[in-house]
Amino acid sequence: MLEAHNLSAERGATRLFSDLSFKVGTGEALMITGANGTGKTTLLRMLAGLSAPAAGEIRWRGQIVKPFDPRLRGAVAFAGHPIALKDELTAEENLAAAAALSGEPASPDAVRSALEVVSLSRQRSLPARVLSQGQRRRIGLARLTLVRRVLWLLDEPVTALDAAGTALLARLVGEHVQTGGLAIAATHTPLILPQVRLHSLALA
Amino acid sequence: MNTAAPVPAPASLADSALPAGGIFAALRWSLVRDLKVAMRSRSELGVQLLFYIIVVSLFPLASNPERTLLAAIGPGVLWVAALLASLLSLPRLFAGDYGDGTLEQIALSPHPLEALVSGKILAHWLTAGLPVTLLAPLLGIQYAMDGESLAVLAAALLIGTPILSLLGGIGAALTLGLRGGGSLLALLILPLYVPVLIFGAGAVEAVRAGLGATANLSLLGAGLLVAMVGAPFAAAAAVRIALD
Repeated sequence: MLEAHNLSAERGATRLFSDLSFKVGTGEALMITGANGTGKTTLLRMLAGLSAPAAGEIRWRGQIVKPFDPRLRGAVAFAGHPIALKDELTAEENLAAAAALSGEPASPDAVRSALEVVSLSRQRSLPARVLSQGQRRRIGLARLTLVRRVLWLLDEPVTALDAAGTALLARLVGEHVQTGGLAIAATHTPLILPQVRLHSLALA
Repeated sequence: MNTAAPVPAPASLADSALPAGGIFAALRWSLVRDLKVAMRSRSELGVQLLFYIIVVSLFPLASNPERTLLAAIGPGVLWVAALLASLLSLPRLFAGDYGDGTLEQIALSPHPLEALVSGKILAHWLTAGLPVTLLAPLLGIQYAMDGESLAVLAAALLIGTPILSLLGGIGAALTLGLRGGGSLLALLILPLYVPVLIFGAGAVEAVRAGLGATANLSLLGAGLLVAMVGAPFAAAAAVRIALD
């Protein structure tokens, strides 16, 4: 269970949001919507433990977590706007490196099946540099399935994905949430998630 | 389009505690990955080494080609060029990972960030400091330096260049995401390099004066130990600040 209590954020002198409180429990998803510049990414980065809120607190499983808290680092899969791929490494190498970084090294077979899930088996030994934006996004999805984390934080996950990719994303998020995970996504295009307890939060 | 491929069954969604292998697994992860990335962009490494070779080779051309003069300025020139070569390669230590979002993943990893940063600094030394050290005796010949001076120069660089990478790592992390970070990095880091330069170049001078290089090399070694203990923590703290 992730709780936010009276969170507020400032960017320079302007206040992005204040007194924001919400709860996301196991098996639930939260969609954060809002116009550009309303603080969606800032909120996600706070929840990931990358930056500190100007005021308020974040609780993970009932305990207050500060930025870079080890308890949160072991639970969060953060998919930020840059997709965190090394251009020089192949799709396979990128995924294997991401799995090892998360503390659970993946076997080559596991990496391959993760790439198969996102329909990138043929591109597995291509350097990430030559992949399209949508394909890079799909590797980001493969990383989410490979690095098993409870709390998914997704920043604009639909960007650059085609219709099939968007459907795949919705399916993966749905399955994740139904198997006891939590998902929080900041997005302009709402994901269609049937059979999921979906909360929404509009920032203004 | 095979969108119906089965998702691997979730083994466990429990929070992972501290990963197995501890700090050495973390250090190895970033060392291996950074070396792999560096090897795939070898041309960049080549350019930096070529810069070092050219800077060192310019001085004998520009000054009086008298053997005693060259032998006197040689160690200083080689050290200054090593400093500049280190500085030139520092931005790639964190900037690449910062730009493509990998640094966020590194900072959010359950591995200790200090160990991951140490691995990156070690990779930087292996691709920047070590080649400079290995080339120095060869380039020193242009300065009519004798065998003993060349050996001491190489030893001093071997101990001194890791200090440059360690201190540079702090500067590179502190200047992440700043506009004009490269020139700011030079202003920030070059003064910190001065003691290394003095003791490093001084080691060869001491040998030429018949004093022996032990004192200078010991001081460099002490500096290296202090930097090895302190720099990873400072650089990791700076990375966290840069991401905030």
